[in-house]
Amino acid sequence: MLRNSLLILLILGLAAIMYNLYAEFTPKEKLGFVAEHYANNGKDEVGAANLVTAVVVTYRGLDTLGEVSILFLTAAIIGFFLKTKSSNNHALPKVKRYSEILGTGAKILVPIIVLLGTYVFINGHLTPGGGFQGGAIIASAFVLMLIALPRPAINHRVLSIIESLSGVSFVIIGLLGIVLAGGFLDNQIIGLGTFGTILSAGTVPIIYILVGLKVGTELTGIIRNLKEIQNEE
Amino acid sequence: MIWIIISVVLGVVMITMSVISIHHKKITIAILSAGGVSLIASILYLLMAAPDVALTEAAIGSGLTTFIFFYVLNKIKKQKHVKE
Repeated sequence: MLRNSLLILLILGLAAIMYNLYAEFTPKEKLGFVAEHYANNGKDEVGAANLVTAVVVTYRGLDTLGEVSILFLTAAIIGFFLKTKSSNNHALPKVKRYSEILGTGAKILVPIIVLLGTYVFINGHLTPGGGFQGGAIIASAFVLMLIALPRPAINHRVLSIIESLSGVSFVIIGLLGIVLAGGFLDNQIIGLGTFGTILSAGTVPIIYILVGLKVGTELTGIIRNLKEIQNEE
Repeated sequence: MIWIIISVVLGVVMITMSVISIHHKKITIAILSAGGVSLIASILYLLMAAPDVALTEAAIGSGLTTFIFFYVLNKIKKQKHVKE
């Protein structure tokens, strides 16, 4: 009883704090200093039709690199702690009975979902979306495969090679920016191209393809590790 | 006006689902309704003109996280079984 009344008191206190925030809120009439710079000069400096991408990949590219490395760290930790003893001997796990409808549906849907994910990250500089979103969509296609098919043909070695290569290339492109253009992760190493076409915005599409591949393979790796320990016992 | 009504309705559904996910006795239903919370959150992001965030929320919040929860739940159940 005491605990419940304390909880209610806590919630009321939070509500009072939040209400003050809400009461003092007035919407801004114009953009802040940094946002105004991005909105006015983003088109000329980056050349991406999707301004969010311009901010995420170029102006705040270092943050994206940090996020990708955090994701890598997470995947590495999960892989480390879930390291199974059966990963050495290749005894195939007992195949349970899988639903026929789920299997057939997955076989039809997986290529389409992968295609959608690829579209989302290749077109990241033109339409909403980008590397993280596309990668997550691709990973969900692989998850469907892992669930629906008894022995999905996912090669762990190929996944890790793709993951490492795309991570290294991301950093190399960033470093090339220091040498050939204005700074780390500057996108003007190659020409900006025509505004609004697929080959525009300098290195932004390349970076987003790399990020998409990296995120997709990493998330697939996490799920695959989790599935492997399911089969163990 | 109509968008405000839709957002309020979605918000109420979202809060209901989050309460269900905390208090329901069956963990499976709790996980599913936690996924539903993210799904509605992604619709709300879309209504607030943030499609990039909405895509991420839909793919990771309601897709992958739900699957990971189910895998972990399965693992815990198996371990309990072995102990008993």
